[in-house]
Parts: sequence; structure tokens; C-alpha cells
Amino acid sequence: MSKKSEFLPSRRGLLKATATTAAAVALASRGGSALAASPPAVDLKSYAPVSFDADEWRFLLAACDRLIPDDDTGPGALAANVPVFIDRQMSGDFGHARDWYMKGPFAKDASPLLGYQSPLTPAEVYHLGIKDADAYCRDTFGKPFAELAPEQRDQVLAGLDKGELKLPNVDGKAFFTFLLQNTKEGFFADPIHGGNKHMIGWAMLGFPGARGAYLEWVDQDNVPYPLGPVSLSGERR
Amino acid sequence: MARTEKPVDIVLIGLGWTNSIIGMELADTGLTMVALERGENRDTVPDFAYPRMIDELTYGVRYKLMLPPAQNTVTMRHDPSGTALPYRSLGSFLPGIGVGGAGVHWNGHTWRPEEVEMRLKSYVTETFGAKTIPEGMAIQDYPVSYDELEPYFDQFEKMAGISGKAGNINGQIQPGGNPFEGPRSSEYPNPPLKGTYNCRLFEKAASEMGFHPFPLPAANASQAYTNPYGMTLGPCNYCGFCERFGCINYSKSSPQTCILPALKKKSNFSIRTKCEVIRIDLDKDKTRATGVTYVDEHGEEVFQPADLVISGAYSYHNVRLLMLSGIGEIYDPAKKTGTLGRNYAYQMTGGYSLFFKDKTFNPFVGTGSNAVSMMDYGVGQIDFGKEGFIGGSIITSAQYNGQPIRSLDLPAGSPAWGSGWKKAAHEWYGHSMSIASHGSNMSYDTCYFDLDPTYTDAYGQPLLRMTFDWKPNDIRMTQFMKAKIEPIAKSLSPDSLKASFKTENSHYDLRPYQTTHNVGGAIMGADPKTSVLNRYLQTWDVHNVFVMGASAFPQNLQFNPTGLVGALTYWAARAIREDYLKDPRPLVQA
Repeated sequence: MSKKSEFLPSRRGLLKATATTAAAVALASRGGSALAASPPAVDLKSYAPVSFDADEWRFLLAACDRLIPDDDTGPGALAANVPVFIDRQMSGDFGHARDWYMKGPFAKDASPLLGYQSPLTPAEVYHLGIKDADAYCRDTFGKPFAELAPEQRDQVLAGLDKGELKLPNVDGKAFFTFLLQNTKEGFFADPIHGGNKHMIGWAMLGFPGARGAYLEWVDQDNVPYPLGPVSLSGERR
Repeated sequence: MARTEKPVDIVLIGLGWTNSIIGMELADTGLTMVALERGENRDTVPDFAYPRMIDELTYGVRYKLMLPPAQNTVTMRHDPSGTALPYRSLGSFLPGIGVGGAGVHWNGHTWRPEEVEMRLKSYVTETFGAKTIPEGMAIQDYPVSYDELEPYFDQFEKMAGISGKAGNINGQIQPGGNPFEGPRSSEYPNPPLKGTYNCRLFEKAASEMGFHPFPLPAANASQAYTNPYGMTLGPCNYCGFCERFGCINYSKSSPQTCILPALKKKSNFSIRTKCEVIRIDLDKDKTRATGVTYVDEHGEEVFQPADLVISGAYSYHNVRLLMLSGIGEIYDPAKKTGTLGRNYAYQMTGGYSLFFKDKTFNPFVGTGSNAVSMMDYGVGQIDFGKEGFIGGSIITSAQYNGQPIRSLDLPAGSPAWGSGWKKAAHEWYGHSMSIASHGSNMSYDTCYFDLDPTYTDAYGQPLLRMTFDWKPNDIRMTQFMKAKIEPIAKSLSPDSLKASFKTENSHYDLRPYQTTHNVGGAIMGADPKTSVLNRYLQTWDVHNVFVMGASAFPQNLQFNPTGLVGALTYWAARAIREDYLKDPRPLVQA
């Protein structure tokens, strides 16, 4: 259908990029210092999470692997280091709801139209959600979530997604909503945040990342953009 | 006990578009001015510099240029009998913070209202009869006409370097522009932006059906431009990071690119950041302001004496500040008393997504106002008597950005996760365009602001409470637009078409982003019984307090509000400079 079946841009395309986009040139020239300032992409197998314990981490990897699997379309959430992204988000402003209004009283049966009304931070929702979902899996299948077959994991995730699988200590649907949203964020956010390793997510779509200059492309109707993505720290593919 | 600062002549609350204009327009009086801004200082460099700024997660998804609800928010309920709950995490609208305000992170759509929108109640009554206005609708005329404001629209557009094509210059219809717009005294200061593929497809389809498409007026410069303040914009490079971001390229009009560096050179103007005004202080008789009280970055309470107070906070923050200060009487719909807080209105939007297997749009090639619009179903072009509603919309095909977290649009029925989602994302990213309606929202007796009885801010002051829901009139309007857009969309023969319009079962949903076009609450009018401000944006009750911004709108336009906000600010600035300062008094006798 388009250029996207080829994840790597052609050499010809890259040369053209260097000639035509000021942004790419600027990136290349400052790439060194930006790279030094950002942590290099880590190896998921040896990564030591800061926001999750070992059981939670196994759950998270097993869930991300089903939400964005490695399949015929291309590499998935684990190849993209999505769990690393989520781990970092949980230890930052988002995980602790630092920007949110978290003063009580908290309504128990609020209309969903009024938005998030739980006293739990996203990090707390993850901890409770993983614990409860794992307990459910042990009761139902005799194993924790991470040891289930892919189809069983899909069944559990679908149950949470549809609100059919009720958890005792947390709203299962709210837990799933965070998990799915953060997984997609980790697949598509700039690699500077820990996921989207080597811009796997962007290459799947054909999104050029931080190139930031497309004036020459405005009036090229129905012509696929030929260049691969660049990241904020200057990585290219 | 609050520390007292050295008195100034004029204190400005907030430093976004409106108070940047006020500062510039009053600077030559020589009067001392201090702007109090609760957020940080922000400049293009270093704060918006490439590449750090074009980070979708940080600014587009985690909202790091916005006012965090932890610092201040509103509560919300759907009707006056309900219990309001706090807007805890951002969704439907995104109030700004920091120097430049929402002028930093807007998309740049810069419209003038239609002439009839400025005298809506009179127009409806004269043309369709008073019975056309349903029970409970609270629409009013603006106390100033399009013709009176024309020079000030012109002034705002030239300051902001708007790129567009005039449709009506002094009554002469111009080819390629919007033939339904009010007469303009001159062409736009810059030619229109060149549009992307979707713009050409929509323009052709709409023209072939007899409509009148034109380039959307853009605050994204189409060429290098120096404005009357000596500030220079550079041509937009379509980086695709406009709305929710500061401009990396000096191309989007903002207080930073159009005003502030010139204003900062004025020796009688100063800025204090991280200073949050918590009230306007009044004298014993409550007829005159003596200054404002703010909390500085160290948490110390400070009294700033001033002879003139100009509130230029974000729309509903103006309303709350007046309430906390005891200026005006808070509206009560049950007792039908008070005016402060009444006529809150929002914006009615809807749209179609069109998916094409064989068309590639490169959606990351975009800018905030890269769009073609038509106003054939605008407020002044619809027979309200026949159609059974009051209102109208602009219909637009735009391409703003291709950011994958927030702008990945998939056909209806696509899975939300798993291999099915991945396959759909891979196949359809870059293969869709939209045709959307952006419409008016009328004001109603039961849509209003007051103070929340339960929830408070960090200083223990009550949060503002919003009472709002969609009403049948506005649902009928958006369903009318759906019926009108559908044939245009189908004429382009998409492989898949997805509709998103509110229906009779829709209630206002705070979660998905809609618009940051919250208007009303401190409305302008001809009569103090039905308004808070007179025609010069001066409060009826306290003559040395003026209030800028869309809080003055008695109902919402079919347009993005900034064009009218800018014109009203220039209009008020002139009245202050040339009339009020010479003889401080109520400029309109009640």
C-alpha cells in the first residue's frame, strides 16, 4: 500500500533528506551533545525496574506482549522497551498524579462523564490491578498471568477491557485503560522516554519523528514521504 | 499580614494575549504597569527551542505547558440539582499557564464573527420572530457592533500577521475568499498558507457542489512578516507541532513572537512571574479597587496597590476572581438574581473521518491552521425558522499533525489492541483526512458558573463550579451539519467513513479533548441587569476594574474566539487610553 512495508529508508532517500531538511541537518550537528544527555536504549532483559517488584514486572511484560505483540506486522511492545517506559512513567509526575487535583472528597459512584474521580494515583492502580489480576489468574488457571498461554492472557485482558472481570480492590477497567494507554504511549513516544526503542513504533506507521520541517512536502499530493524517523537525541533509522 | 509593594498606576492580572496587548497599547502613557503572572516566564529560546519542544508525550499528552489541575481547576456538574466533582485531570479543555498563556499553545485559527452574531438576539427576533428562541435560552446582543469593531479586528490581524484571503473588502466580494464574511477594510497582512492534499480534495469537492471554500485564516505566517510593533515572524515550516506546543520557528503568532520583546523594552512596564493573584481588593464602599493581593513564589501574600486593575486571566479564571473579590452579584438561576457567572457556553463540534486505501496524506506535514473552510452553513446563512434551531458552523478540512499517540485515527470497528490493532494502525496511518464542523453554542439559564461549596484550591479558596450540558437546540444544529457534510465526504468516495457527532442522547463528556473555547460568565452588555461588563469591558460595579477575554461573550460564536478577543482588547485599550485615563469614571451610565 505504501512505503511502510519497508521500515528502512533507501540510501537515496537519506541523501535527499540531508540536502533538503534543515531540521535533520540541525539534529545531526547537535546529535552528539543530545545523545550524551539522554540515557542509551537499555536491554530489557537486564533492566532493573524501579517502580515494580519482580512479580509485577513479569505481569507487565506479559501484558505488554499481548497488547502490542510481535507479529507479522513487525516487532512489538517488548522489542520497543515499552515496559521500561511504563516503569519510568510510574516513578514520575504521571505515576504519582502530581499534576492532578487529588483533594477529597472522592465520589464513589461518579458518572464516567466527569472524568477520573479515584483517590488512587496511576501507580497505585497498577500495583492493585496487577495484584488482583494475578490472584484471579491463580484462582482460575492455577498460574499467575505471566505463565498463561497467549490466548488465556488475551482472555483476561479482554475481560478487564470490557469491564466483565471485576477486581476486588481496584476498578479493573480503569487499570486496563491506563495499561493500554501507557503501552501505546511507550510504543510511540520519543525514545528519550525509555520506550519506542530504535523508533520501532514510528517506523511501523511511517511517522518521521522529530524531523520538524516539511515545507517542501506540503504540495506533493499522494506522494509517500520517503525518509525514516529521527529522534530528539539525533538517532536515525 | 500581607507585605505591601510599592504602588503602581496599573496592575495587569495574567500575561497572555490580552494583557500583552494592553501593556503595549498603554505603554506610551508613561504610567507604571506591572503584570502578575502565576506561571513561569517563557521565551521562544530556550523554552520552545528545537528539538526539545517537539516531544509529543511531554507537551501533547502530559500537558506540560498547561495549568495543572493540582494548582487550580473547576468542578463540573450537568444540571443545577447535581453535585459537582472536580476536573481532576485534563481532558475536554486545556487552560494555559505562564507568560504567553494560551497564546503559546493555540492552533492559530483567527476569525472575525459574522455581523449577525454580534447582534444575535435582535437578528433572530427581527428575522424569524421572538418565538424562535426556545424557553430557557439566554442569548443576548453584544453591546458593540461588527462595524464598530472592524478597525480593531484589522489591528489585531496586522499585529498577529494573519495569513488568509479576504472575501469581502469594503463590500466588494473577492474571489477565493469567504463571501459571507463581514466587510473588511483591507486584505489580510499575509497571503494564505499553501494547504496539504486534503485541503485540495475538500476544496474541489465543495466547489463542485456549489459551496464557497476558502483558506482558513491562520496565525501561522506564510512568509516573513514584520508587524507594527517591529516584531518579525518567519515562514512556517509545517513541523506538525502547533497546538499544545510552543512554536520552534517564530512562525506562530503569540505574545512571544508578536509583542513581548517589544513590550519588555518599555521602562514603565515590568513582569512578576510565579505570582498568583487571589483577589482584587476594594475600598470600604466596594465601588473602587485599591489593588490586588497575590501569593508570590515563596508563598508570601503581597498587596499590590494600583489605581487601575485589568484582569486578563483565562476566561473562567476572570469569572472566579471577580467572585472571590465580591465584584458583582453571583448569578442564581432559581431566584433569577445576579449576573456574575451566567451565560457560560462552550463549542459544538463534530466530524467525519475519511479513509482511503489509495491516498497518502503524510499527516505529519501540518500546521495549526492548515485548512480549507466553508461558511455556507454559518449562523447568517441558515433559516432558523425552517430548520428549528439557532446557530451555525464552519465546515473545515484540516491537517494539523500526525502525532501517533493522539492523532492515530482508525476506521470504525478496528480493534483497540493486539495484532488486529497493529495491522490497522500500519495500514491506515497516513491514509485518512477529516471534514469537521466547528459550531456555535447558545447560552442557557441553566449553564453557568458559581463557587463550589466543597472543593478548594491550595489557598483554601473555593473552586469555580461549572454547570453545563448540551441542549436540544445545539444537538439539532450539529445533526444538521452532519447531514450537510455527509454528501461532501461521500463525493470523495472514501473506502471507509466514520462519523462523530453528538446525538440527542449525548451529555457533556469532560474526558475527550473538545476545545479550549470556554466563554461567558462575566458577559458584556448594554444593561447592568443582564451583564457584568459594559461595552468597554469595564465592570458596571467597580469602574477601575476592566476584564479582558472571552468571559465577555454572551453566547459562543461558531468560531474560535481569539479574533474577537483580540479586537475587543484593542477596542477596550483605546477607550482606556483616550477616555478613561483622562477622567476615570464609569464609561457608560447605567
